This record gives sequence, C-alpha cells and structure tokens, in this order.
Amino acid sequence: MSTLHTVNKSPFEKSSMDSCLAYAKAGSSVLMYEDGIYGAIKGTGCTQKIAAKDGVNFYVLGPDLKARGVSEDKVADGIEIVDYAKFVSLAAENDKVQAWV
Amino acid sequence: MKFAIQVNEGPYQHQATDSAYQFTKAALEAGHEIMRVFFYHDGVNNGTNLTTPPQDDRNIVKRWSELGKQHDLDLVVCVAAAQRRGIVDEGEMQRNGKDAQNIAEGFRISGLGQLVEAGIQSERLVVFGD
Repeated sequence: MSTLHTVNKSPFEKSSMDSCLAYAKAGSSVLMYEDGIYGAIKGTGCTQKIAAKDGVNFYVLGPDLKARGVSEDKVADGIEIVDYAKFVSLAAENDKVQAWV
Repeated sequence: MKFAIQVNEGPYQHQATDSAYQFTKAALEAGHEIMRVFFYHDGVNNGTNLTTPPQDDRNIVKRWSELGKQHDLDLVVCVAAAQRRGIVDEGEMQRNGKDAQNIAEGFRISGLGQLVEAGIQSERLVVFGD
C-alpha cells in the first residue's frame, strides 16, 4: 500500500514536513509544492532529513520553484523536479494521496 | 482513473485553488476523469460571479466555470459554508428571503454528503488547502 504525501508548507515555518517524514513508509512518495518547495533546497536541515530517509521517493513541483524564484540547480540531489502532469501520475500510481495541509 | 478534488481555500488569498485548478487541468489532459470538485470552507468563495479581478490578472472563478463547461465538471459548493459566506443560488435566495443570487456559472450548491460520496466513488480524493 503506497501513499503519495503532499506537503505545501515550508519546513522553516510549519512542522508538517517533519510529521510527513515521520509517517512516510518505504515505498511511498513525498511531493513538495507551494511553500513546501523550500524543503527541497540543498544544504539545509530538511534536506539532511530527506537524504536520511531510505526507500522514500522525493519530488518537488517545478512551476512552484519558478514562482518563488528558486532555480533548479538549488534543488538537493535525489529530489526529482516534476510538472503537474507528473503530479497527476504520482497521485494515480500510488494507492492513496495524503495531503499534509 | 476517477479523481475527486477538494478545495478548502478561497481565491487570491492562498495558492490552494490555483494548485487545484492546475492539477484538475493536467488530470483531464492526461485522460483521467474528474468526478467532482468540492469547494469547502473558504473554498466556496471560488463560486461567486461577483468576482471582478483586474483584467491583467487571472480570473479564478471564470477559469473554473470555463473548465467546468468544457469538461462537464460537477463543481459543488458546500451549502453550510456558502450560507455563512453569502454564496447564494436561486433556491437559497428564496429559502432565506434574500434579494439576490451570485452563484457562478457551472457551480451548484449542495451538502457535505457530496464530499463523502466523492470520497467513496472516486479512486483518489486529492485535497488542496492551507
């Protein structure tokens, strides 16, 4: 049973990313979008936690990076940059979608 | 695949409705079915035809109406949330003795049962909110 977790809050503002990381099991996926994209920027405590999370796939929404002026080369290794089409296919490929709003 | 979408935030205040719109559009483009979009809490403000944003800004309400028309979407506004926020259709106008209605084209007002049904009948319920 795989889950797509969606996180739309900055990890520097709210604790939803931490909660998500605590619940996400191996084989599941985490998509950072809206202000959640700040969690994907390399060299922060958040990306350290992400790197330590084995077996979970991490994604960040490209249009929301662009909307916030964060260039793609700032995104930490191991996090895939995706578009809305891929967001939809992640929602379809996983068995359910959990929004950490 | 059969998707249902829940929108919990109003337009121009939070990105939730923009994200929900882009997701819905991408899902339709990929050939998926959107069986319902349910507007809850401040999300009901996406369904008022009194919205008049500047011409160079996106018209969030009209955009939903147009997408709804194009794909025959079921755009449902929660009745209790709508009553609190002044979103009124013909029936609510008469029932509550109001002198105007403002439900946007393609939207309808209904109950929370529609959200429960969407959760049961769809294969994925995707929630957008604050």
